[in-house]
Amino acid sequence: MNTTATASLAPAPQRGVLKRFLRIFASQEAVLLLALVALFVIVGSINPRFVAERNLYSIFLGNAYIAVAAIGMSMVIISGNIDISVGSLIGVLATISGSMAVAGYPLVLCWLVPVLAGVLISSFTGYIVAYLKIPSIVVSLGMLSILKGGLIAVTSGEWITDLPKGYALAQLKPFGVPLPIYFMIVLTLLAALWMRYSNTGRAIYAVGGNAEAARLSGISKQRTIMKVFAIHGGFTGIAAVLFATQLSVIQSTVPPNLELTIITASVVGGVSILGGTGTVIGSTLAAVLLAAIGSSLIFVSVSPYWLRSVQGVLILLTVLADLFRRKRQRKQG
Amino acid sequence: MTESGAVLLELSNIVKQFPGVLALDQVSFDVRAGEVHALLGENGAGKSTLIKIISGVYQPDHGHIRLAGDKVKFDTPAVAQSRGIATIYQELLLYPELSVAENIFMGHAPKTRFGTIDWRCMRTLAREHLASLDINDLDVDQQVGSLSVGNRQRVEIAKALSQDARVLIMDEPTAALTGADVERLFRIVRLLRERGVGVIYISHRLEEIFELADRVTVLRDGACVGTSEVVDTTEDDLINRMVGRTIEDLYPKQAASIGEPVLEVQALSRPPLTRDVSLTLRRGEILGLAGLVGSGRSELAQTLFGITPAHNGCIKVNGVECRIDSPSAAIALGIAYVPEDRSTQGLIKPMSIRENVSMVVLKDISNGNLINHSAERDLAEKNVHQFSIRTSGIEQKVEKLSGGNQQKVVLGKWMASDPDVLIMDEPTRGIDVGAKAEIHRTMSELACSGMAVLMISSELPEIMGMSDTIAVMREGQLVATFARGEATQEQIAGAMMGGSRSEADELSDTDNTKGAAA
Repeated sequence: MNTTATASLAPAPQRGVLKRFLRIFASQEAVLLLALVALFVIVGSINPRFVAERNLYSIFLGNAYIAVAAIGMSMVIISGNIDISVGSLIGVLATISGSMAVAGYPLVLCWLVPVLAGVLISSFTGYIVAYLKIPSIVVSLGMLSILKGGLIAVTSGEWITDLPKGYALAQLKPFGVPLPIYFMIVLTLLAALWMRYSNTGRAIYAVGGNAEAARLSGISKQRTIMKVFAIHGGFTGIAAVLFATQLSVIQSTVPPNLELTIITASVVGGVSILGGTGTVIGSTLAAVLLAAIGSSLIFVSVSPYWLRSVQGVLILLTVLADLFRRKRQRKQG
Repeated sequence: MTESGAVLLELSNIVKQFPGVLALDQVSFDVRAGEVHALLGENGAGKSTLIKIISGVYQPDHGHIRLAGDKVKFDTPAVAQSRGIATIYQELLLYPELSVAENIFMGHAPKTRFGTIDWRCMRTLAREHLASLDINDLDVDQQVGSLSVGNRQRVEIAKALSQDARVLIMDEPTAALTGADVERLFRIVRLLRERGVGVIYISHRLEEIFELADRVTVLRDGACVGTSEVVDTTEDDLINRMVGRTIEDLYPKQAASIGEPVLEVQALSRPPLTRDVSLTLRRGEILGLAGLVGSGRSELAQTLFGITPAHNGCIKVNGVECRIDSPSAAIALGIAYVPEDRSTQGLIKPMSIRENVSMVVLKDISNGNLINHSAERDLAEKNVHQFSIRTSGIEQKVEKLSGGNQQKVVLGKWMASDPDVLIMDEPTRGIDVGAKAEIHRTMSELACSGMAVLMISSELPEIMGMSDTIAVMREGQLVATFARGEATQEQIAGAMMGGSRSEADELSDTDNTKGAAA
């Protein structure tokens, strides 16, 4: 007994600079921030125009909506689910917004209705996942087809033009900074605080980490999943409005594989695809990093077609890093 | 009795260190051809670590393994297997969708000249392997998923033999078996012994060791306490070596004043595993619920906690009749449940101690939807202190804690809700002895402070050492109740086994089944 007691009394040894270095590195957010700084320094020294104010804004402007959508997606993945219909949903919500604007509805409604519609549609997905207990990947696969098919049928794939003056919310520049950047930063911070300090946020981590243990502790899995999908729908709605208002036309054909780009941001941001861990700050940093990489390819004269490959490498690196972390923890545990 | 066979496998001075725990300390152990060598020890004594080292799952930090005299290193389970070491774990590792023959020859199926599987040959060989074990009632084409546990185990043994196993490790093979299956297993083990296989047999049931084994090695707290011929030893002697301390150390039960009933259950049923159960749990009482695996003990606990709500019957909490149809309802009534399996039911492993401990009382330490972090930290600090959880701090992820400390976190999480009734299912399974005594002490203190404790345990010493009242379940029913000190181990075991007297005799090898109030 004595050996066991004294042995387990000593805390896990923390020796070596390497170990401490690895520990800091173990935070995905720190890695992403370092990568982002490194990217700007390296590409900026090759081509100074990359770090010019205008380019920085354009990087954020065209991609802030991805970061916003990735916030909701990260919450969904942390809860142990996934939504692959998010790209189609953005397309549908953007089209709703644009059509309302063209039809002459008050602009405020054109901006708010898509957010509410996002909450509703996503709640429907959440309901099927939570209460009918069908895996979210299957449900959202169905939703993807329904939304995408319906969108193409209704719009015949045509773009919405002749948008009224003042509709272009995302083109506003309070204090010279594009509005989507405010949205991205404020929503990320709010979501991060909410995930950390709210009951619901804790429940999302708990259900994703171990749904059975959460249930036995009196946390309702069903209600938590409903909530997380509803919130995700809200973020998707905001993302859709930012997407719809960034140009003077709305492409009803949203960028292909938009859902994959959003999920990539979450995963590269350190959200475990198995649920239970990750932060929304990580996913926003990753969204920015992915956008910056895409832009940098042009500045160092590499074909932008490589972007997808680079994203793929980042996904694999992230998953490998996660695996490495888990292995290390298992050895210690 | 012992055949003086050659030494097949020899381990010398094996050391295995896990963070915070010295799992094996200079352990030496050997198996001879044609012997059954029993490995005995309490949970956490190091038995499973030792067999994992023999089967190549873990590598020793120090020490050597010799196989038939040659020094070997088993880097992976596959290497150990190829050298003739087969292991039959408690959870059988079979493919339920495949046939008996396919399972036996998984990974080494006989091939035709064209390199395809020779199905006819495979069936014939499978039949031969089974027949050589005196198993003639198994259809080799049957899906393994449709077999009983006993039959599946026989398939595992046949599989091991098809790989020319020279050393067969059996980890608590009788834990999930019924009387008749146990007897058949014993016959097979004896057959294997005659064929010169070295069998390492792990069991908690001392009677089995006296019936089956030639030699016995006792482990305690990771160290080898000695190897002896079974004929030269007695049950008391083995218990002494295993526990190595007085019963009072391990089961620090204080006498508590038992008060009014807190939980009254009448004719509670949820067929097929809980049928017509009535019991009363009083303030300050520890009620030990004994029974074999599958007797409905855990199912009763789950019904009381609302995980599997009752179909019939009446539950009264503090004299008020109530319905418990979800864990939340049970929590609201002041019931806490420390589940059997910490990892899958008790803890959220990627979360910190702080986050786990506050899980049940999150609403109480929140303002609206916002968690009061300083109250949460205070709660966690208090828990770490009260239950002496050994950790670097409250932000430590619980997956990094040892089993005993994890269990203390689960306990602490439930104590935070200040329950009236505490249900504990196998509270000390897989926990080292030191932590075990601490959990027992806590349990006793909680009872003294007026809590009612319902403890389920497979370890009779734990049941007898900690309970004020002992209730025995068999086949979903409550079959016997004893007051503290009123029953002997044999009487309780007899009630657990029940059924025909001869069956119980076969198992316990004692004639003391009078206590079976069936």
